[in-house]
Amino acid sequence: MYETRYFRASSIVDAHDLFSKGEEPAFLAGGHTLIPTMKSRLVRADRLIDIRAIPETQGLRTADGTLFLGSSTTHATVAASPEVVSTFPVLAGLAGSIGDVQVRHMGTIGGSVANCDPAADYPAAVLGAGARIVTDRRTMDADDFFCGLYATALEEGEIILRFEFPIPAEAAYAKFRNPASRYALAAVFVTRSAGGDIRVAVTGAGNDGVFRWREAEDALAHDFDAQSLEGLQVDPADMMADMHASSAYRADLVSVLAQRAVRNMGCTLIY
Amino acid sequence: MTLVKLTVNGQEMAAEVEDRTLLVHLLRDHLGLTGTHVGCDTSQCGACTVILDAKAVKSCTILAAASDGASVRTVEGLADGEKLHIVQEAFRQHHGLQCGFCTPGMIMAAVNMIDRHAGKLDEATVRHELEGNLCRCTGYHNIVKAILAAAESYRASNLKAESIV
Repeated sequence: MYETRYFRASSIVDAHDLFSKGEEPAFLAGGHTLIPTMKSRLVRADRLIDIRAIPETQGLRTADGTLFLGSSTTHATVAASPEVVSTFPVLAGLAGSIGDVQVRHMGTIGGSVANCDPAADYPAAVLGAGARIVTDRRTMDADDFFCGLYATALEEGEIILRFEFPIPAEAAYAKFRNPASRYALAAVFVTRSAGGDIRVAVTGAGNDGVFRWREAEDALAHDFDAQSLEGLQVDPADMMADMHASSAYRADLVSVLAQRAVRNMGCTLIY
Repeated sequence: MTLVKLTVNGQEMAAEVEDRTLLVHLLRDHLGLTGTHVGCDTSQCGACTVILDAKAVKSCTILAAASDGASVRTVEGLADGEKLHIVQEAFRQHHGLQCGFCTPGMIMAAVNMIDRHAGKLDEATVRHELEGNLCRCTGYHNIVKAILAAAESYRASNLKAESIV
């Protein structure tokens, strides 16, 4: 790791102040992507500003059909939270499927979403549930937030404070993992709101990172049944290809996983 | 440089370290606690697992400076003199190690797992919760057996403690 300086910000103002004094500063949350990439010298930051002690990034509560999740909330906390398990069990299941126990003890939702790895789980939940992302300067809809591989609408020095998830009437998440890395080769998050709005978000597969599969949403709006998705496929040209899976294989996985999700609403399915 | 103060295995310790120092290097190189191992460079193997404020974590992926003020338990903090901790004893009894390199991490993951589940563990849970610890010798089978046996000892000793009260 290149040399760096560590600071624990106590407030938003403190974090801004610390950030403005750095040449190549970075915010640190759980650090379970940032620290490994810094160790391998893929990333250099002259100062790391730990935002986990900022009160506005903490806390977990539900009110008026919304789940408020502070950006510093760890995956283990979400997975084990009785409040999340009872109101949005599929989100708890998703959080419990990330990495391993040790990673879940440190990794945070804010870090995962800000990093926006194309195979990360949380972006699928945020986009699939239509969550709002509240930062130190604005509130964004999930539809406006994700901009591609490792790319988000966050500006320089902007800090995610919390996520506001409208709690869906029902949801499901189906993930097919790379057996070595445990990241998604493809995963599909489906929600249906009390008003009948349907959202289908896909992670792990798309060339441009997480995306909504609109054709599937339209088909399910017409008839909310897995059979409605038969014969529907995302364009393989839009899917990633690597040594683990071809784009045609990923396109097929997306269809299969979407159907399994719809057949198993209420469940988190990990393959 | 930053002065990091920690409680390690119940003792207050401090060291002046570079900010880029990882917790595992603070333990090994500055405090001389070399029981915690470094097995990979990629946060995958779990040989560096320690218990930080009641949570099993990979000490190779946490900055020492970020753990200032925390309480850390390492494999050195388990045995009571010559008397092995129940998890160490179970690994010995069930031959849960061969080369031993992954063992400190396995044991700390197991101690934390048993604590978090109050000793109520089944094989599927143990295997799931060991995903963050790699062993290249044993095939995991005896490790799982050892953890289940230790969990049973843990429940038995808790029951005994309750009946004395």
